[in-house]
Amino acid sequence: MPGLIGKKIGMTSIFDADGKNVPCTVIQAGPCVITQVKTVSNDGYAAVQLSFDDKKEKHTTKALMGHFKKADTEPKRKVVELKGFVKDWKLGDVITVDYFKDDIWLDIVGLSKGKGFQGVVKRHGFSGVNDATHGQHNRLRAPGSLGASSYPSRVFKGMRMAGRMGGNRVKVLNLKIMKIMPENNLLLIKGSVPGSIGSYLIIEK
Amino acid sequence: MDLMKVVEKEFTPEINVPEFNSGDTITVHYKIKEGNKERIQQFRGTVIQKKGEGATRTFTVRKMSGAVGVERIFPVTSPFIDKIEVNKHGRVRRAKIFYLRKLTGKKARIQEKRY
Repeated sequence: MPGLIGKKIGMTSIFDADGKNVPCTVIQAGPCVITQVKTVSNDGYAAVQLSFDDKKEKHTTKALMGHFKKADTEPKRKVVELKGFVKDWKLGDVITVDYFKDDIWLDIVGLSKGKGFQGVVKRHGFSGVNDATHGQHNRLRAPGSLGASSYPSRVFKGMRMAGRMGGNRVKVLNLKIMKIMPENNLLLIKGSVPGSIGSYLIIEK
Repeated sequence: MDLMKVVEKEFTPEINVPEFNSGDTITVHYKIKEGNKERIQQFRGTVIQKKGEGATRTFTVRKMSGAVGVERIFPVTSPFIDKIEVNKHGRVRRAKIFYLRKLTGKKARIQEKRY
């Protein structure tokens, strides 16, 4: 889907026209520079490569530096390839937050916060043992039975158990745009967005 | 966090809130919408905490309605606050006076500040 790269800045709340207090996420969306245009004739598919957030040349590999020089831009931290742009963008073009000015709803992709090794109650929403007494001792948040015994004599694949949680790519659909502030490339979105403050997001149209 | 300040500046209207602290007795004149009509209700009580910063600041007012304690949390930037009146400055020794919740009657009094 076409869109922009953004950065999560933080959360606040604003009063809308009805006087309702609305929780909002502040996102810095763009400016994104187009560092490569892929075409069907050349690459077999059409796509556009966007780059966002300046970094220093000394932190950039020479291979990437040559890539950025071709587009005549500063080296960037985040490089993402997106498909489905309607307009024909050229190498070196800059897309700003104005790109969303006709939209009401957006989808946002982010990397969710890592939660570490978690048990089944937090990770899969198991209810645990709903009794603290009646001989429970240390089994309050235990998963219970994993299956039957001699048949099948094994644990089925995909059995929900404890393990690493979070740190996944998460897409949130239909987030409402509350406000666009073009002078700082800021975007105010109703509700929350995956990831920690300062993490990169893909904002899809 | 500079960009955060840009946003807060944009959405924090210039508001005339008088200076008050925990322990003070204030009256909040609050706009209430009933259908198409708008009227103003007063809520008078003791400020028991001030919280947050920027656009998300709030304060909590506690009053005794008969024998029942009633607390109300107001956002400072709320467009429904008509005005705030400071009635009394109270002398308390902490910023959050939640101990007031356990006290009733004569024990729940707060000494007035002397200048």
